[in-house]
Parts: sequence; C-alpha cells; structure tokens
Amino acid sequence: MFNGLVLGALLALIASGLTIIYGTLGVLNLAHGAMFMLGGYAGYLAFTHTGSFIIALIAGTLFVLVVGVVMERVIIRHFYARTGEEQLLVTFGIGMVMVETVRFFFSSLTMSVPSPEALSGITSIGFMLYPTYRLALVGIIAVALGVLYLVLYKTRLGLTVRAGIEDSVMVGALGINVNRIFTLVFGIGAMAAGFAGIANAPVASLTPDVGETILVQAFVVVVIGGVGSFPGAILGGLIAGEIISITAMVDPAYSYVMLFVAMTLVLLLRPHGLLGTASRE
Amino acid sequence: MLRKRRSYLIEILTAIGLLAAPFVLPLLNFAPDTVNRILIWGLFGIGFDILFGYAGLLSFGQSAFFGTGGFVAAYLLTRAGYPDVLTALLIGMVAAAITGYLVGLIALRRTGIYFVMITVAIAEVFFFVEFSPLAAVTGGENGLPGVPTPVFNLGFTVLKFTTGWSLYWFLAACYFVGIVIALRIVRSPIGAILNAVRENPLRAAAVGHNVHGYKLTAFVIAAAYAGFAGGLLGVMQAFMPPDAFMFQTSAQLIMQTVIGGVGTLFGPLLGAAVWLYLQDFLQAVLHLGATWALVLGVIFVLLVCFLRRGIMGGIADLYALLTGRSKRAEPQESESFEGIDNAEAATDASAPLPLAVRERQASSGPILQVSGLTKRYGGLVANSDIDFVVNHGELRGVIGPNGAGKSTFFKMLTCEVKPTSGKIVFEGRDITGMSVTDACQLGLTKSYQVNQLFNRLTVRENLSIAVLAELRGKFRLDMWRRAENIPGLAEQVAHTLALVNLTRRADTPVSELAYGEKRRLEIGLALAISPSLLLLDEPLAGMSPQERVDTVKLLKAISKGRTMIVIDHDKDSLFELVERVTVLQEGRVLVEGTPQEIEANAQVQEAYLGGMAIA
Repeated sequence: MFNGLVLGALLALIASGLTIIYGTLGVLNLAHGAMFMLGGYAGYLAFTHTGSFIIALIAGTLFVLVVGVVMERVIIRHFYARTGEEQLLVTFGIGMVMVETVRFFFSSLTMSVPSPEALSGITSIGFMLYPTYRLALVGIIAVALGVLYLVLYKTRLGLTVRAGIEDSVMVGALGINVNRIFTLVFGIGAMAAGFAGIANAPVASLTPDVGETILVQAFVVVVIGGVGSFPGAILGGLIAGEIISITAMVDPAYSYVMLFVAMTLVLLLRPHGLLGTASRE
Repeated sequence: MLRKRRSYLIEILTAIGLLAAPFVLPLLNFAPDTVNRILIWGLFGIGFDILFGYAGLLSFGQSAFFGTGGFVAAYLLTRAGYPDVLTALLIGMVAAAITGYLVGLIALRRTGIYFVMITVAIAEVFFFVEFSPLAAVTGGENGLPGVPTPVFNLGFTVLKFTTGWSLYWFLAACYFVGIVIALRIVRSPIGAILNAVRENPLRAAAVGHNVHGYKLTAFVIAAAYAGFAGGLLGVMQAFMPPDAFMFQTSAQLIMQTVIGGVGTLFGPLLGAAVWLYLQDFLQAVLHLGATWALVLGVIFVLLVCFLRRGIMGGIADLYALLTGRSKRAEPQESESFEGIDNAEAATDASAPLPLAVRERQASSGPILQVSGLTKRYGGLVANSDIDFVVNHGELRGVIGPNGAGKSTFFKMLTCEVKPTSGKIVFEGRDITGMSVTDACQLGLTKSYQVNQLFNRLTVRENLSIAVLAELRGKFRLDMWRRAENIPGLAEQVAHTLALVNLTRRADTPVSELAYGEKRRLEIGLALAISPSLLLLDEPLAGMSPQERVDTVKLLKAISKGRTMIVIDHDKDSLFELVERVTVLQEGRVLVEGTPQEIEANAQVQEAYLGGMAIA
C-alpha cells in the first residue's frame, strides 16, 4: 500500500509535467522519460561535487528546466505546425539522443545517490517499519505538486496556461505572447520530470534507461486521468501506483499487465479519462 | 502498352537488385549477416509502411506481432517438432495477423495519441506475457534456441539454405514476394482509399467508405508482415530472442522507416541498411562501442527536422532537381477566364453519362421526409421540431440568420449528428441514426461549408476516392485488382471533372489549387458519388462576385435531373437558383414558399432581413 503511495506520488508529478505540456502545446513529449533521467544524473553530478543533497535537488531541477527551454526554443517550436506524428517522432528522437549522450559520458553502469543524512535510516510508523527517505519522498513530492498547483491556479501565469489548455489560439488573439508562454510551460513541465528524477534517485539507482519505463507509466497515468488535466494526472498517478504495488504483492510479473488492462478499460468506458474533457484530442 | 510495361518496372528492378546484392555488397564491406538482417527488417517495414505511410497510423507496438509470429513459428519448429520451415513461418504469420485483428479492434477505436498509447501498452503486455506467464512455452528470457533453416525437397534436387549468403537467397525470395504483394495492395483501390483515410478520415467516411474497416485491414496487413519477418529472424539466428517483443524493436522499426522514407515501401529497407551498416561500421571499424546509438539518434532527429520524406524522398527531390523537371507551373490565370465558357460546355457534359443518374424511377413523390426533428446540446436547442419534405427533382433553398441551426440541420440529414428526437425518411427508408457512410451509400451526401478535401492528393485522385465508394460499396477487400482497371471509374471521374470544370487541373495536387477551384472540387466530391439527393452547405461561401456568378451557373447545370438542397447566405444568388425556399429561425421552420413569396413575406423581412426594404 505504502509503496504504491510513493510510486503513485512520483508518477503523479511526472505525469503532471507531461499533461500540462500536452494540454497547452498539443505536443506529446516522448522525451519526458529522458528528462526524468537527466534530472537524476544532473543531481548526481552536483551531489558528487558538493556533497549536499539539497544542492543536488536544486541543480537537477534547474538543469532540466534549462534543457526544456532550449529544446522548445530550438526544435519543438518548429513542430507546432507539423503533424502529430512528426511531433512524436522528433521528441522520441530527442529522448534517444539524451539517453545515449548520458550513456556516452557515464556508461551503462548504475549510479546511486545516497539519501541525505537527516532522512536516512528507518522510521516506525506504528504498524510497520519504513525507510525514512521514502516517507520523506512522499512529502517532498506533495510539496512539489503543491507548488505546481499554486503556480497553475493562483498566479496570472497559471491562469494564462490554463486558458491556453482550453484554447491557445484564443489566448494568442487576446494579445498574450503565446510563444513565451509555450516556452515557459515546456520548461515547467520538463522541470517537474527533472525534479522527480533527482528526488527519486536515492530510492532507485540511476541508469540511462531509467526513463523508459517511467515514460510508459506516465502515459498510462495521463490517459487514465484524462489528457491535459492536472487533477487527473494526480488522481491517475495515485491509482496507477496502487495498481502496480498491489499486483506486485501477488505476482510482480502481472503488475504492468494490470496497469495496461486498467488503462484499456478506462479508454473503453470513459474515452476522455476519469477527469478529462473532450476539448483536446 | 507502354503503361503496362512500365508498371512492372519496379518489380523487375527489385529482382535485379536482389540478385546483384551478394556480388556488390561484399565490396562495400557488408557482412552477409548484416544483409540478411536488412532484408528481415525491410520486410517487417513493408507492412509498417502500409500502416503508417499509407493509412497514417503510427503504431509504437509492432513488436507484439513481430514477436508473436516469431515465437509461434519457432515453437512449432523446435518444441513441437514441426518439420517444414516455410509452412511454420506462414502459420506464424497467420497467428500474428489474427492477433493484429484483435488488437486492432481495440486500438483503432481511438485516434491520435490515444492510438499510440494503446499500441505501446498492448505491446508491453505482450512482452510481459512472453516473459513470465508463458515462459514455459516461450523459454522466457532465454528465448527458443535451435530453430532450423529451410530445406526444400523438389524431388530431383534438395534445396538447402543454411547461413550467410546461402540463407540470403531464401530471405531475398521472401522479400521479393513481400514487395510484389505490397505493390499490388498499394496500387489496388485499397491503397488509394488508405491514402484518403490518412489525408482526411472524416471525408473518406462521408463519401461512403468504411474507414474503420480499411484501417483494420491495414493493421492486419502490417501485423502479417511483422509476423512473417519475426519468424525469419528466428530462422536466421537459429534462435528466437525474447528481445523481439521489446519496445526497442518497435522503436527501431519506426526510426528505420523514417530514415529511409515513409510511404515508399522501399524506405524501410533503405533505412535498415543505413541503420545496420552504420551500427557495424561505428562499432567494428571506429570502435565507438555503444555510441553508435547516439550517432543514429542524431541522424534520426536531423532527418525528421530537415528531410521530411527520408532518404528516399531526398533522392527523389535530387533526381527531380538534376533532370531539371520543373514544378508544374501551369498558368493559373487563364483558367479563370476560360472558366465561364467551360461551364457552358459542362452543361452539355452533364447529360450523356447514364451512370451519373442513379436508376431513378420516374417518381415525383417525396425523396426526403423529415418529421419532428430536434437536436439539443445540453440546454441549448439547435433545432426543434422541424418538419420538412423535399420532392424528387426539386431544388430547395434553406436560409436563416446565423445560429438558426441550418448546419446542424444538414448534419442530421447526412447522419453526421444523431438527432435527439424525430425521424428522417429518405427514399422511403428510415435513415434516422444511420452512419454517415451508410447514408452516403444510399445516395445522400453533402458538400461541406469548410472544404474537406484530400489535400496531398491530386484532383483526379480526390474524385476517384469518391467514385470508388460508389462503384465498390463501403467495404471490399479487392487487393489484387488494379484501381485503374475498375470499369466505369475513369469515365465517371472524367465526367465529374468536366462537370465542375477542373479537367485541366486534373493532375494538380489539391494544395496547389486556388480557393475557387477547391470550392468546385468540394462540390465535385459530393457529385462524384452520383447522389440522388445532394446537400450543399454554403457553396458560395468566401467566393468573389465573379466566382459566385460562375458557381451559380455550375449549380444550375448540375441541378438538371438531380434533387438538391442548398444553404447559403447570399440571398440573391440563392433565390435565382432555387424553386422553393425554407426559412429557419431559432431552430424552427419559420416559413416556406417560392422565392417570390419569401421576398414578400413580412415575417421573413422582420426576422431575417432585419426589417429593411429589399434592395
């Protein structure tokens, strides 16, 4: 159960990044998993140089923000007018280049970032013992999701972004610089993945391929929750986390199968996801 | 004669290429195993190219079928002790095709990114199923070793294919058969319709094609190719690897196809050659180790960004540049001047062709009877309680202010939108709740307010798509027939071209047409299926005054012997054209009568003409 909550929170954060990018820009970012991975590696580098987990967390997040902004400015921007298939292909290719670049510098060996001193060890939570960092991770991600929520729902920028999800052409027509918003949204979305990547690094070891499974799971989360819906991503994340961990208690081999069965069911019964609307396809 | 001979040119060149490869490629440092792998990936890719390049369906889950076919064949040949390699491969192919059919039923319910995600998800499920629950049968992570190579006993001699160049001949034969079949499919009506489905699925359905059926066909074809290729992989390696099921397999297939060129059939082969050769070269010669994937990834991104049609497309462009074949820069101006004369000519052309006039009984009764038609969107009532009757041969106009519900009304008539209540009877048959495709097959269709064309196809191809729907029905698996050999197709296309005065532009892609020409083609698409009732949703929208005059002339010409209902805002043009007018206001029928009666009607002046005196 609790493993499911940790995984679910993580997926919720990654999926929110994916979903706000798709909702606003209409681009399904297949490099999102690679950004999760980049966050982990950037944090790892910062950690080995400074020894501070906090700095690693910040560095990993900011690095992926920058990567996201540059990627949008240099490449993605030119693909808004192209077909959905071409957008998928280019982000997929970029993801591959990121993964292989990391492999080039770090090889395929697994790396690990130790959890910070203060949060290491094991805590008793009444009925069971649980690694402290995992507990803390739920809190850290909850805070990150909270910040994302505040940005999206309580700021002018967030208002524009949400309006952009509804109808980006109209937002442009109202005299708001859509290009800058797009860059920013892509950056924020990427940042969410990067933050998740470094925050998760003490729990799961780092390999260049770590993003691949995460990406597929994040897809499922987005589909279950409803494409383009931020609350949907959170709900979907928690559901997916529980499905995976509960099935894993019975037989780990079936956890993915169950996840995809759940997604197929949702798609057939509620085509726009649990909290999605028909506005975006 | 010339055309006939040229049409086999590609097949002949492929055969020559395959025969020459073992003698040429070693000079370029291709290892025989690499060449064999290229053929397998090329064959795998033919099916994928039909799915993605033609039908426009980007599946990230082809590994499911590659693996299924491979493991079924490998299981038969190893654990089941089945002796014959070729039939085992074919059984694997059939198994993959059946799997493809079932998966397609689920995945094709959705489009766009949902389709992509479902294919990814299903492929992942297959991978996990192979890996654990079925491990006892499939060998799990160990795969199935000991797959034999093919042996054919021909009576007088025994053909044995082992490894390397020996096996090459078997694979080359398979590839050749595969490409010949694919070329036939692509040249059949199905190939043409798949192109239309990719370009504009909505219109493909609206002219009367069963879009879901054709998508499913493409999906099954792709699965069959994948399954056969998967079996060949096991034969080639003497071992069926579990990686066949991995996401990486689907990804590599997509990248190879894109690198080589989408929609060319040979693109995947070329892409596989580039991919596998570079992999060998970078690893073995430059000792770059795992970096080969980085290099290929960069090449892939650059190609997607700058060379949208892949290497094949690049070669084609280069060839066109070198031979100085200039772009079709036909004078567009002269067209519009001659347009008026040709419209007269078209009037004559409309009469002779018997096909165009559906076996029409000399009936004069109602062709369309609508009663109590209502459409609500939540609380918003778009149409309420409309009664509407149109007789055979009538030319009816529908007017009404913006928001009067005219377009919703039309959408219900063509079955694009389901009415909340009410009944639509067309030629004595209740069509309420039918699909738009079925309604069109019955002879009821519409030209759209906003052009719905197949943009990357030529004018002739556009019209062919519509005519094919009439000649072949909504779904037919005639993969072996050449599209141009269908009796009546060429005549009916030529006739429609003349009718809408686009004969001179027949081979121009739609994207290069002027707006007025596109508008005429829009009407032509609806006309091409020889409808017994034709609805025209604002045919004059966005036209210049001169174009309006021409189009009214055109509509008058085509109205002979047809029943038409026309919506338009241009009251003057409309009243000149039609015999009776129905006025809609706020979703209801306000009044109905001859143009003169409507002009004189005080209610209409109040509601629609804003109470102003009629100029």
